[in-house]
Amino acid sequence: MHISKTARWALRTFTAFVLAALYVPLLVIIVESLNRSESLSWPPKSFSLKWWHQVVHQAGPRNALWTSVRIALVATALALVLGTLASIAVQRYRFFGRETVSFLVILPIALPGIVTAIAMRSAFDRAGVELGFATLVVAHATFCIVVVFNNVIARLRRLAPNLEEASADLGADTLQTFRFVTFPLVRSALLAGALLAFALSFDEIVVTSFTAGPSIETLPQWILNNIFRGKQVPIVNVVAAAVVLLSAVPVWLAQRFTDGGTGGVSARWRLSRSGDTPSRVSAP
Amino acid sequence: MSLASSTSPSLAKRRQSLVRRASGALHRRPRLRLGLLLTGPLLWLVVAYIGSLVALLVTSFRPSDSQTVGGFTAQNVIDVTKHAYPAVARRTVGVAAAVTLIDLVLALPVAFYMAKLATRRVRRLLVVAVLMPLWASYVVKGYAWRTLLDPAGGVLRKTFKATPGYGLSATVIVLAYLWLPYMILPIYAGLERLPDSLLEASADLGGRAGVTVRAVVLPLLLPAIVAGSIFTFSLSLGDYITVGLVGGKTQMIGNVISRNFGANNVSFAAAFATVPVVIMVVYLLAARRTGAFENL
Repeated sequence: MHISKTARWALRTFTAFVLAALYVPLLVIIVESLNRSESLSWPPKSFSLKWWHQVVHQAGPRNALWTSVRIALVATALALVLGTLASIAVQRYRFFGRETVSFLVILPIALPGIVTAIAMRSAFDRAGVELGFATLVVAHATFCIVVVFNNVIARLRRLAPNLEEASADLGADTLQTFRFVTFPLVRSALLAGALLAFALSFDEIVVTSFTAGPSIETLPQWILNNIFRGKQVPIVNVVAAAVVLLSAVPVWLAQRFTDGGTGGVSARWRLSRSGDTPSRVSAP
Repeated sequence: MSLASSTSPSLAKRRQSLVRRASGALHRRPRLRLGLLLTGPLLWLVVAYIGSLVALLVTSFRPSDSQTVGGFTAQNVIDVTKHAYPAVARRTVGVAAAVTLIDLVLALPVAFYMAKLATRRVRRLLVVAVLMPLWASYVVKGYAWRTLLDPAGGVLRKTFKATPGYGLSATVIVLAYLWLPYMILPIYAGLERLPDSLLEASADLGGRAGVTVRAVVLPLLLPAIVAGSIFTFSLSLGDYITVGLVGGKTQMIGNVISRNFGANNVSFAAAFATVPVVIMVVYLLAARRTGAFENL
């Protein structure tokens, strides 16, 4: 297909424009966090780091940050175990209901967040479980499984199963094969999955709002709860800017561990391919 | 001490042999292996998630004034079809469709440039550039747009002397902004898989750029486009945080559910939540026919 110079130029300009637009709101927040003024004002008349200094001494955001980190860590650990088990089962075995399993794993993020949110909340209420740390972890782990699952299954798909067969032929038992052959080969995929699961949990707000209960507050909740408090504007700006800057870390790390491409998103969202056949049939 | 050191090797040996025996048994029984692999994840997902969805369904048929006492009523489901609720549902679907369309129009040229025109190095940079904002906090991005759109002195008003303010159009703009990467990336991946030789063949046969795009690129890209639209559509359909931040008085399905839930009108909230579920199921079934699931 011949693309004229003008068309090329137009496409390049358009792309640059759209990508720049993606960053404008993030940059505005970072600039606002340095605004000396006590209310939102644009353009800022003078800059200072004083609000950043103040935030360090505030218990609210610090506690919320710590809560978010703890929940994300536990949810990620659970999702790692469950997602890895499910991905090995779906990729290395053929069984009745195999596609249903991949569908089940994806469902918690394929349905709108509010549905997952009030469904889990209704279940907790019905079961008489008190809302708090545990319910948040359960809810977060449920929608984080898919991230690990997708990352590991994508890796397994590209790994020839004959490596595992060779290991068995050389006398390794099932656990040894996993420990010395499979695990080292999927390690970086696990790491990427874990990072993305952590980021997903850390950022989540809809399901969180419904399953957290009054005793606990995550960082996104803290931000949302304080947005409408006029006095808190400069503090919210700093926390928001800090979150934006922090979010670059997992993306950057995950990009290094996945094999380029669309890494994060395809990992976060790819439904497992329904046309995909497992490369080894274990059952006779 | 001496006792421990004399017994521990044999104990360790016995444990090792146990592990080996168990492992050997696993090796001979693939079905057992599969069972052990699947039990945990399946239990979790079925109990925690499918169980929750069932609880939601059951709740929607409970009388709204009694949460703990049993009872059955279809009143909540009937209420969903009355008052302003069908209008809210239609508006929400309209917003989701508009967001999807805007994202499509923005994503196609960007993805095409990334996949077919950019050099390899630039392409990698662009992929990261599209990914990065996706992971910046959702609440923070909504908040950032609040400060941009503020009719009283937001960034847009001060810079361009114009802003759509808070309302329906602001909701569409911000949702389109939030989900744009979800549209760009599947289309980019689809274009990357599209062999250049097809484009050349079309040109050799006399197809101009416009014809090639219409007759070759778009039909082959359809599954990727539908894949992207699943996210833009589904995520818009259930959103209530963005609407709360920049929507002004706009009501969408998500707000109505969340407000009713907050007002202890749990049964009605549950009944209304089945609306996006039904819409998404229909959407997913239609999407599956295009082969979109292989492109997600």
